[in-house]
Amino acid sequence: MNTALRPYQAVFRARFSLLMQYRAAALAGFGTQCWWGAIKIMVLAAFFRGAGATPMTLRQAIDYIWLAQALLTLLPWSVDPDVARMVRSGDVGYDRLRPLDTYGFWYARAVARRTATPLLRAIPMVLTAGLLLPLLGLSEWALSPPAGWNAALLFAVSLVLVVALAAAVSTLMEIITVAALSERGVNMIMGGVVIVFSGNLIPLPLLPDWLQPFLQLQPFAGLLDTPLRIYSGLFSGSDAVIALGRQALWVMVLAAIGRAAMARVMARLQAQGG
Amino acid sequence: MTSLRLYGRYVAVSLRSQMQYPGAFIATSIGAFAATVVDFVALWALFARFRQIEGWRFHEIALFYGVVSVAFAIADTLTRGFDIFGPQFVKTGDFDRLLVRPRTTVLQLLGYEFRATRIGRLAQGMVAWAVGMQLASVDWGWSAWATLLFAVAGGVALFSGILILQATLAFWTVESLEIANTLTYGGIEAAQYPLDIYVRWFRNFLTFVVPLGCVTYFPVAAALGRAERTGVPEWLLSLTPVSGFLFLAASLWVWGFGVRHYTSTGS
Repeated sequence: MNTALRPYQAVFRARFSLLMQYRAAALAGFGTQCWWGAIKIMVLAAFFRGAGATPMTLRQAIDYIWLAQALLTLLPWSVDPDVARMVRSGDVGYDRLRPLDTYGFWYARAVARRTATPLLRAIPMVLTAGLLLPLLGLSEWALSPPAGWNAALLFAVSLVLVVALAAAVSTLMEIITVAALSERGVNMIMGGVVIVFSGNLIPLPLLPDWLQPFLQLQPFAGLLDTPLRIYSGLFSGSDAVIALGRQALWVMVLAAIGRAAMARVMARLQAQGG
Repeated sequence: MTSLRLYGRYVAVSLRSQMQYPGAFIATSIGAFAATVVDFVALWALFARFRQIEGWRFHEIALFYGVVSVAFAIADTLTRGFDIFGPQFVKTGDFDRLLVRPRTTVLQLLGYEFRATRIGRLAQGMVAWAVGMQLASVDWGWSAWATLLFAVAGGVALFSGILILQATLAFWTVESLEIANTLTYGGIEAAQYPLDIYVRWFRNFLTFVVPLGCVTYFPVAAALGRAERTGVPEWLLSLTPVSGFLFLAASLWVWGFGVRHYTSTGS
């Protein structure tokens, strides 16, 4: 194993096991997400009844909602509260003393946050929506399997890119927090933006047709919409590969912006003392 | 009567302290407004795509949404003390101090903070309400207005009851469980659509267990002149918000039970 990477792996592992401790919160969150998923599906089903041609079927929309609920905590919609505390207390200065690349350090921490919590949430959610509901005789409302073996494989690749992208967005949000000294503004703006443009609020294919080209180009589609379209076969073949490429491109662009922004912000960092 | 005067003093003090930081107050209010705009984006997008939901039109849903949002915004303004009861009072042991004062715990918690920043959500609800009323081809006489305002009153009582129940849970769990969010924020999401689009068990839940439908769907449908959709006699529809007050009364009874079983954390 490459020794240069070892400290970042340690950061990831420490953070990951810390986050795995919050099982009770995960259980409460799981209940909440099932409830929201059920309401959203019932409302969408009512809209679909009596609708003409739609860009996705109800079946695909139901899969989209369940998976969006399962992957909810993957979305970078708020700044890590621990980082916000560090910024307020000035402890953020310690991170500059570590013999590590600060961006890599923060990125590894963000990757941990975007894998540990989602794992705790996604597995019970997928089991409930995919296995329990059909067993209860509610297959009509259940999560169906992916559109095919190819779709499943590409979906898995896309999920890895989602984690990379979510961590890049998170780190960028944390850098803005350092510059602004408070996380409140970032949370206020990004909360709404991420929910709407990732497809968590309403599946992106259902938004107006004239908006679709823009929706596909913006970075937040890669946080949720891309893997979900691949899963239900709305993207397949070359479309799917292009979508994966867009995800990867945004990871690189946002990481580069984040790295440059961090260099600027950290050069001006002032510890207030106290 | 002295209780009411005391409550007025609580509100005045709370408002004065919030106005010490006018910039923060304005920013938070605007933030509350912006955060709820997302709800409206969802409504707009769905109606842009589907035009109608089982025969209900956009303006009708806007009115449902407006009524439930206004009710929740008012309840949220009044019941901040209950909302943060677990971490702020039980965990710290501060509830002991409330118990030795010669006033009821409910009054003191209501007076804990008058959360004026919720005016952002209130404003958004009122915009939706106005849009709904404007676009509906209904003659808004006094009886329709009375029905809607009674629905809001029932809604305030119901949401307050939910938040009091959430606070009561903290007597046992110490930490606040955010499970009540499924009924408050989740309730707004569910109650902005007419109950008749839901499956039967969910409809019954929202009518008889947590009667959100009784403070939105039934009275608003009556005001919109669409009583026929509910399957309930028209005279009964405008009276259904009473169940919000019954829910509040039940919550207060449970709260009293919780207070009697309170043991201080001793911190």
